[in-house]
Amino acid sequence: MEFLKWPQQASAFAADVDHVFIVLLIVSGGAVLLIAGLIVFFCVRYSRKKQPRPVHHTNTKLSLEIGWSVIALAFFLFAFAWGARIYLQMYRTAPDDAYAVYAIGKQWMWKFQHPDGRREINELHVPVNRPVKINLISQDVIHSLYIPAFRLKHDVLPMAYTEMWFEPTLPGSYHLFCAEYCGTSHSEMVGQVIAMRPEDFENWLGNSQGMGSTAQQGAKLVASLGCTSCHKSESTSIAPWFGGIYGKPVELADGTSTVVNDAYIRESILNPQAKVVRNFQPAMPSYQGRITEDEILSITAYIKSLREQKNE
Amino acid sequence: MNETALPNYLQEGTSLGSWLLTRDHKRIALLYMFAITFFFVIGGIAATFFRLELVTPKGDLVEAATYNRLFSLHGIVMVWLFLIPSIPAVFGNFLVPLMIGAKDLAFPRLNLLSWYLFMAGGTIIIGSAVLGSVDTGWTFYTPYSSLYSNSHVVAAVTGVFIVGFSSILTGLNFIVTIHKMRAPGMRWGRLPLFIWSQYATSIINVLATPVLAMTLALIALENLTDLGIFNPWKGGDPLLFQHLFWFYSHPAVYIMILPAMGVVSEVITCFARKRVFGYNFIAGSSLAIAFIGFMVWGHHMFVSGQSPYAGLVFSFLSMLVAVPSAIKVFNWTTTLYQGSILLSAPMLYVIGFIGLFTIGGLTGIFVATLAIDVHVHDTYFVVAHFHYIMVGGAVMAYFGALHFWWPKMFGRMYPESWARLAAIMIFVGFNLTFFPQFVLGYQGMPRRYHSYAPEFQVWNVLSSAGASILAVGYLLPFIYMAWSWKYAPRSGPNPWPATGLEWQVPSPPSKDNFSGIPHIEDEVYAYDQLFGKSDEPHSAPS
Ligand code: HEM
Ligand SMILES: [Cu+2]
Repeated sequence: MEFLKWPQQASAFAADVDHVFIVLLIVSGGAVLLIAGLIVFFCVRYSRKKQPRPVHHTNTKLSLEIGWSVIALAFFLFAFAWGARIYLQMYRTAPDDAYAVYAIGKQWMWKFQHPDGRREINELHVPVNRPVKINLISQDVIHSLYIPAFRLKHDVLPMAYTEMWFEPTLPGSYHLFCAEYCGTSHSEMVGQVIAMRPEDFENWLGNSQGMGSTAQQGAKLVASLGCTSCHKSESTSIAPWFGGIYGKPVELADGTSTVVNDAYIRESILNPQAKVVRNFQPAMPSYQGRITEDEILSITAYIKSLREQKNE
Repeated sequence: MNETALPNYLQEGTSLGSWLLTRDHKRIALLYMFAITFFFVIGGIAATFFRLELVTPKGDLVEAATYNRLFSLHGIVMVWLFLIPSIPAVFGNFLVPLMIGAKDLAFPRLNLLSWYLFMAGGTIIIGSAVLGSVDTGWTFYTPYSSLYSNSHVVAAVTGVFIVGFSSILTGLNFIVTIHKMRAPGMRWGRLPLFIWSQYATSIINVLATPVLAMTLALIALENLTDLGIFNPWKGGDPLLFQHLFWFYSHPAVYIMILPAMGVVSEVITCFARKRVFGYNFIAGSSLAIAFIGFMVWGHHMFVSGQSPYAGLVFSFLSMLVAVPSAIKVFNWTTTLYQGSILLSAPMLYVIGFIGLFTIGGLTGIFVATLAIDVHVHDTYFVVAHFHYIMVGGAVMAYFGALHFWWPKMFGRMYPESWARLAAIMIFVGFNLTFFPQFVLGYQGMPRRYHSYAPEFQVWNVLSSAGASILAVGYLLPFIYMAWSWKYAPRSGPNPWPATGLEWQVPSPPSKDNFSGIPHIEDEVYAYDQLFGKSDEPHSAPS
């Protein structure tokens, strides 16, 4: 009787979603039964055999019309309000202490990157009882990361970071699907989320070796892609140095300012002319087409790792 | 006046030319009927294949690329070549002039042109299917459709683009006709509810379809040139496409359901022998739906990356648009109260409609509830929701209308017991096909999946089993209607009997519908006058 099983509730808001669902199910079920019951009753009671001609000729009643409209509206707005409350919880920005993972969707696989540089394909290990935040980006078409046991999904867009977060509550292994149709092998863009007890998770992380942290990979890339030929740490360089800029505001040539975050770094690599830092020439070439989303993520991690460094 | 002496519209020439060049709204209605019946079969065949594929979790019957083309073709054909034209183009065309006391639509030539545009678009769509078809789904989301798909996207969107003009012109024709060509005495408050629903639908057709046309034109341009509007690598925005698409396609779902609601109102009063309950509210709710329906498109994009605050607004407005639908259901139900009810085949279809539409509408509330939609969006739950409305609702009503007005169209009855059997099979088969999909969706099975996780199999098998019952249910009317066309007993002008102008002319009507200009003295649905005085119903008023 596996097919009758209620879907697993494995995240902090899974139960909340199910509660709204069940309440709506009960009220709607009641409404359907009421209407179906009335129709059947009328069809039997007032069948033409029993009642060759209609007896009743009232054909409108304002109080009735207003009454049922108000009742229906009240129920609908109740559903709206409850659903909206949970939605704002789910879709608000992740708590600061969240464990931050990066996900890249591409036709037809999911790539995940942990902060320590560990990478996974179609599998994502996460700790339970701790918020986990996933920064999402697609390398090609729109995908959607969907974990039914967490009652959560979010679309994954090309050229724009989006974010989702959740708190797994139950250790186990859960389906992970692509929910937005993305081409031929859409239904094979699937995998597993493996939620682990914190100690198991630490163990699992500890076993990863050799790859170096993401930031270290980023440092290598910055050299090999030639970024450092301009972005030198000396203050005389023709481009700003990366140290200490992450998370801080930066003044732009047009007089406005912006905060250095993932999206800004990504844009500066792919479309450097969009926001030029004050007192610098728009001399940087675009790396669009020459760099992958993973590489951008590594470089971002590298710049982030320099956030405490003093910028001269 | 001796109306029977005139030849009926079917007898006005039998040559192919007399059909293909006709300007008679009734003949054009039949042209549409044949065309959409053909398209319905094509869409159904595609569905048969992918329901068979889904019997097993593995993708073993057809390849993934084929599967994707099957559901895309199914969606495109069913939406644009069957549902959108179905009731308006067939029954709207046939009935709008008859119901308001006019000789024809305001622009008969334009009406014929609409049909040719429809056929041209339809031919291109089917042609593109023969050449290899599209694999984008009926929703054509970018950047897949614009940059990544290797299928015949340009041909398909061109076909839909052209079909769109047919809807726009028909809508325009209906609006002008309803405003300008009502017979003396046919005040707005006496218009049959079917006319109100056609009127509301036409407004949507005229206002929303151009947006679709523009959006599809952009898709074609993106495919053919470097335009970049939806191309994020060029600074374009793929989500803009979704906004534009749903700005049309949400109202479009009401293009499919409003006319069906009009049919329900006509049939239910007739077979309850009672004036419809809450005429003003049913008519007004059609207009309310048409109006609010334009402001809820973002409910298809709750998880797309659209701002959560936009999500709140769209969720709220979606709740409002459900109220007029609820009002209709309550009024129909109340119409039955103390009536004199005959469960003939059209009535069975219509009662089936009310039940299934209620489930479809209420699950609309589920998916409009933000927290639930984050989970069920793009799963089988949504697939079940809209099939309850579009198939359980609109297709049921189409069949109801077909049986109800068949005697008027062809002057012959259909076989009643067969028709009841078909109605019941369709109802049962439908529920068995689509109810399991609600469960699958809540359990987390995404839609548009060629292969799926093994634990979803039982419900998929049930669904496919239901689909086979449904298929037989749909097949039956083809057979007995074809038989009835030639062999069934003649029906007379008003077999039910029903009020309404269309029932006061012979069946089938003459080319000009009325032999003079009718004057309307009765209120609409005057069933109390028809049956109120004595136990014996007298025949329709002359
Ligand atoms: C009673 C009011 C209704 C409400 C509140 C409602 C709400 C919704 C919502 C929120 C969605 C998006 C779900 C998602 O994609 O996650 C949706 C999908 C859909 N609805 Fe409704 N709906 C209602 C009635 C209708 C009607 C009357 C029709 C058709 C005649 C319809 C047809 C559709 C279709 C076709 C889709 C999905 C399109 C797709 O993704 O391919 N709905 N509905
Ligand atoms: Cu919608």
